[in-house]
Amino acid sequence: MAEPKDAIKENSMIIQKEMLAKQFKELSMATELGKKVVYTFVPGNLTELILSFDMLPVYPEINALQSGMRKKSAEYIRDAEKIGFSEDVCTYVKCDIGMMLNGNIGPTGEKLPPPDLLLLSYTGCFTFLKWFENLERLYPGVPVAMLHTPYQEDGNISKDQIDYMLKQLKEEVIPKMEQVSGQKYDHARLSKMMENSAKAEDLLVKILESAKNVPSPIDAYFAGVYYIGPIFTAFRGTQEAVDYYTELWKEVQERMRLGLGPVTPEGEIKEEKFRLVVEGPPNWTNFREFWKIFYDMGAVIVASSYTKVGGVYDTGFRHDPKEPLESLAKYCMGVYTNLNLPQRVEMLENYVKDYKADGFLINSIKSCNSFSAGQLMIMREIEQRASVPVGFIESDLVDPRYFSYANIKNRLESYFQMLEQRKIILKQEEVV
Amino acid sequence: MKSLQQLLTECETLAFDLNFTRAKKWKAEDKSRILVGYLPIYIPREIIHAANGMAVGIMGAGDRKQIIKGDAYYQSYICHFPRGIIEMALDTNLEEFDGFLFPAICDCVRNLSGMFKLSKKGKFQRYFDYPQNFDPFIGGTFYTQEMEKVIDDMFKINGVKVTAEGINKAIKLYNINRQLIEKIYNIRDERPWQLSAVDMYHILRAGLTITVEEHNEILEQVLHHIKEERGEPMDNIRVVISGSFCEQPPIGLIKSIEMAGCYIVEDDFMLGSRWIQGDIKDNTSNPLEALGNAYIHQSTFSSAYYDVGNPKGKRLVDLARKRKADGVIFCAASFCDPALLDRPEMQKECDHAGLPHINFQFHENTGQFKVIKEQAGTFSDSIKLWA
Ligand code: SF4
Ligand code: SF4
Repeated sequence: MAEPKDAIKENSMIIQKEMLAKQFKELSMATELGKKVVYTFVPGNLTELILSFDMLPVYPEINALQSGMRKKSAEYIRDAEKIGFSEDVCTYVKCDIGMMLNGNIGPTGEKLPPPDLLLLSYTGCFTFLKWFENLERLYPGVPVAMLHTPYQEDGNISKDQIDYMLKQLKEEVIPKMEQVSGQKYDHARLSKMMENSAKAEDLLVKILESAKNVPSPIDAYFAGVYYIGPIFTAFRGTQEAVDYYTELWKEVQERMRLGLGPVTPEGEIKEEKFRLVVEGPPNWTNFREFWKIFYDMGAVIVASSYTKVGGVYDTGFRHDPKEPLESLAKYCMGVYTNLNLPQRVEMLENYVKDYKADGFLINSIKSCNSFSAGQLMIMREIEQRASVPVGFIESDLVDPRYFSYANIKNRLESYFQMLEQRKIILKQEEVV
Repeated sequence: MKSLQQLLTECETLAFDLNFTRAKKWKAEDKSRILVGYLPIYIPREIIHAANGMAVGIMGAGDRKQIIKGDAYYQSYICHFPRGIIEMALDTNLEEFDGFLFPAICDCVRNLSGMFKLSKKGKFQRYFDYPQNFDPFIGGTFYTQEMEKVIDDMFKINGVKVTAEGINKAIKLYNINRQLIEKIYNIRDERPWQLSAVDMYHILRAGLTITVEEHNEILEQVLHHIKEERGEPMDNIRVVISGSFCEQPPIGLIKSIEMAGCYIVEDDFMLGSRWIQGDIKDNTSNPLEALGNAYIHQSTFSSAYYDVGNPKGKRLVDLARKRKADGVIFCAASFCDPALLDRPEMQKECDHAGLPHINFQFHENTGQFKVIKEQAGTFSDSIKLWA
């Protein structure tokens, strides 16, 4: 993922930057390299499977968020609206379509190749269906493989659901991948990749759980979005991802040993004043400004739901080399947005308790029904169950028209004041 | 036999009885009866009938109920529909309902199922996942399993065992229901002046709140009344309304379109009642499979349905052609991602087919129709002028 200018550079950041540069270079040369390109989504991605066919994945949401960070999204969204997309709909879709209309230039300034396969992993978000129906028409003739991930309606994953996904993988997805790539499905290769996946997942969990320390050595939201980058996208299942997370974990351990706080674009947080759990995606257009409001106040995000959209690993799930396809099915069904509301509430409640959070904050995204619908109820539930002050702010992912700095800052300042007062009261009660 | 006016008045009352008095009365008559509320668009109501239940369509509070608590559950940028539903759930409207089904049409409805779970409304609250794989052995099997879960939910409440015979009987009744509705649509196609779109709307929506047997009776009688030609045609254009399959436009809006000189000859207001095209097999030993096959092979097009291979823009144009429509009015709820994300492509298809179109967005509780009426009037005039 793109990184803020002037940021303090740790080794892991440099590694990640190089990984991304290489990835986008490869994509820009896909034709010359004879590589086929698969467009797919982050939640419920089948990266190992795609890579096992020597194909290259492209994630439209990542393009959209990158466009947001590079201040391109306003123009892209406007262009999509010009061709008839309503102001009311998901801005990721509009940003992606606008980017296409403007030549499909990726985050590194190089042109992204068109897809050879549209892999619609319909996981956790209904808009994905609509998005790919639109892409299918914008890229006529490109085959579409659909993988429908059943929702965790009952709060668990049943054998029938796994069977349904396996059948789709075996009879729809893999045959289309074979056809497009010209290669046969290689079970052993996929299985081998899953060993790497599981190793990286172990490390990611350790890194995210390091935030249970007081003070936390990481920010599990603003920095967290960088940490999840490789594993949520093109690198899961690769040795590079394992190396990246090994390095990152080393750095985090070192910070813990030294009792240091999270790294921000302006250095380490000197004093951890508030520990928060955040629900909802971040805003990308003003990412740095947004983050600054928090670190200026000494607020550290110790856990977030957004860092679970590409996979929930901290409750024990790992990709399994012994049953690679089954574990892909379970992985898809387990991503955060595929959890039902009671499961989400339970997860967030546990975060507040396990990470000793002082408060719970929602950043509600105008674009995103998958996250936003029901959030106010989640907030009430957490307030009741975890007895911490809750806060609520609103923004958008990539539409700068819906990021009001003054508004958000005011709200957050009042919220932090409330947390401050509560701390004083709790201290007084302790003394008594 | 009741007069047409009596029938229309009865239907209007039933359609907007947000307390579902008739359904509750029906349930009270027999201890083993259950009420299962469902949200738009479609569920196979046959399985509920076979479990001695009544499937009650909950189409929203519209402009008929003041939202007091519901707004506290939803941000301003989420459509109006779910806040009306929550309002009804927090009030007494949905008391005595045994369970609720939330079809997989969007993430608002999906997450609403979780809100019902968290607030423990009804004895079961189930997100009803439609398969998006259309191979009968894959998607069909999944769909059967989804239906079995609902059958199980109902069995836990009233202990009624659902049999093949029972489902077949229900399929027969719903086949008749669909046939009668289609017949009325066809008459309106020929002579739209005989029954207004608002009346048609009331007739169909009423059917979601009573037993299918009662509804069939009403439909038969309406059909009898409108079989004979009556009334005089007006110099109106013929339009198809598209995009109102979930959150319902207020009656005032439908009226405004009609008053602006448009005969609404096709629409997707009560799409669930017309979802399956043609009859479902009613004499098989595996009626769940028959329902599944009907879903896979006989579904109409909609924004809730993955359409690669059979794009809905094209199907909309075909439908407009079939109804000899002069134009299409895209009429979707504000913030309705499914409908609004489909709109550009559907408009493009209309353009290719030379089919004029306009669009507007609404909230179910919109009270101002002046602009819409003007827009529809201009649309109608321009078509008449250029025809
Ligand atoms: S609705 Fe939300 S989850 Fe879905 S594509 Fe848009 S931003 Fe992503
Ligand atoms: S109106 Fe649209 S967005 Fe709202 S609940 Fe219905 S389908 Fe979903």
